[in-house]
Amino acid sequence: MLASIQRIFRNGAINFYRNGWLSTATISIMVLTLLVISSLMILSITTRVAVETLQNKIDITVYFSKDATEDKISEVTSELNNLGIVKNVEYISKEDALSKFKERHKDNSLLLQSLSELDDNPLPSSVNIKAKDPSNFANIVSFLESGSAKDMIDKINYYENQTMINRLTRFISTTRQLGLALIIVFSTVAFLVSFNTVRVAIYTAREEISIMKLVGASNWFIRGPFLAEGFLYGLIASIVSFASPYINAFLPKADIYNYFKENFFQFFGIISAIGVGIGVISSLIAIRKHLKN
Amino acid sequence: MIVFENISKIYPNIVALEKVNLKINSREFVTIVGQSGAGKSTLLKLLTVEELPTEGRVLLDDVEINSLKSRDLPSLRRKISSIFQDFKLLSNKTTFENVAFALEVAGKSREEISETVPQVLELVGLKNHFNVFPHQLSGGERQRASIARALVLRPDIIIADEPTGNLDPLNTWDVIRLLVKINELGTTVILATHNREIVNTLNKRVISMDKGRIVRDEENGRYIL
Repeated sequence: MLASIQRIFRNGAINFYRNGWLSTATISIMVLTLLVISSLMILSITTRVAVETLQNKIDITVYFSKDATEDKISEVTSELNNLGIVKNVEYISKEDALSKFKERHKDNSLLLQSLSELDDNPLPSSVNIKAKDPSNFANIVSFLESGSAKDMIDKINYYENQTMINRLTRFISTTRQLGLALIIVFSTVAFLVSFNTVRVAIYTAREEISIMKLVGASNWFIRGPFLAEGFLYGLIASIVSFASPYINAFLPKADIYNYFKENFFQFFGIISAIGVGIGVISSLIAIRKHLKN
Repeated sequence: MIVFENISKIYPNIVALEKVNLKINSREFVTIVGQSGAGKSTLLKLLTVEELPTEGRVLLDDVEINSLKSRDLPSLRRKISSIFQDFKLLSNKTTFENVAFALEVAGKSREEISETVPQVLELVGLKNHFNVFPHQLSGGERQRASIARALVLRPDIIIADEPTGNLDPLNTWDVIRLLVKINELGTTVILATHNREIVNTLNKRVISMDKGRIVRDEENGRYIL
């Protein structure tokens, strides 16, 4: 058994080496495939980061009336947190609001002066709400407006920004869908091209396969070396595609470079798994036809 | 013993074999003659189960081989070796590896392989051609390599389908002498040919086929068509 497996791998390696040109051609195609796939991975990460950044910028602010106590507000805050669709609630007290206001308008002495004329802090306390998904804002708002807290709410800035929020939400979901569609289409194309190349490589060996059968080789003994070859195609292609200057030239311009560097092994793992997967599975499918009878 | 029992093989529009009944004893040397299309190759392919009969049974030592499961075919094919007109060597393997392949397939140990293969290659006169590829060999050498591959597992039966079709007279006789020698050592040999000279010189059992039927079956026969 062990001897057989050893033989299968040795035969695969020998075939790989002796069919040098065919192996090179197949690997080149697979390198291109893997480059397409890694570009798609980078694209998808970029999109995700961009979408997340955008999402983090969307929030609504609830302004409370003057008689709303801090206890009651914190009650509302925890109710919001329990909803499950809220990502983050930030409480801004009257004092915080005032100091923020002063900070923002520190160059405007007139405004600051008129503010100090007042006996009382005119700014309301408020909470900033970020939703897990921007499409949830409508639900959050209707929860606030129908709940126990509705009397102490002075204003929610949702309606002013509603069009903008909806537009962004649509944009985000379109971007996601488009990204997904691109990934599916291009990886299918890349996979099919690779698969066909491996198929052609095995097709050229169909005569050999029929001879092996006549000599009394079992199907696994015939199939094995081809799978080993496919494995080698995939492994070498993923190493080449990873070492390719393309990725390195492409990345440093973006922030992702660090991300990429930190997750190097994860990336390499994924890419080589895809490469080896394509190589082995293509061989497995392609050889099936020739093994019948 | 090989028994063909009422065998017919019908392809769409073509009757390749029609009600063939034939017995071949073990250790026999049988030649099958007939023109192209007479059904010789089809008959031989039934033995290696490359083809299945449309009707009838093929028995090898009382085992009905036409109904063997596909996973049992490899071990059958290790008992019945074939030699072909076009040699059917693995083109990207050396002479040594081609012969060794038959042993690897049967799960023989490396020691046994490195001991047996040189012996067999020497027997067929290829001891100086271990590490060359088939395309570097002459036709006669290729056929001898394929005979070495057929021999190396010491099969019960060797099927030779027009083995001399692509060879010059000198190589032809080398191959035939090898087959006779193999037969004398106890292997059944079934030789399909349309070379009159070979048949008449061999003076063995001759089965003549025409249009898918056996028309003559004679001990010490001659090529008559």
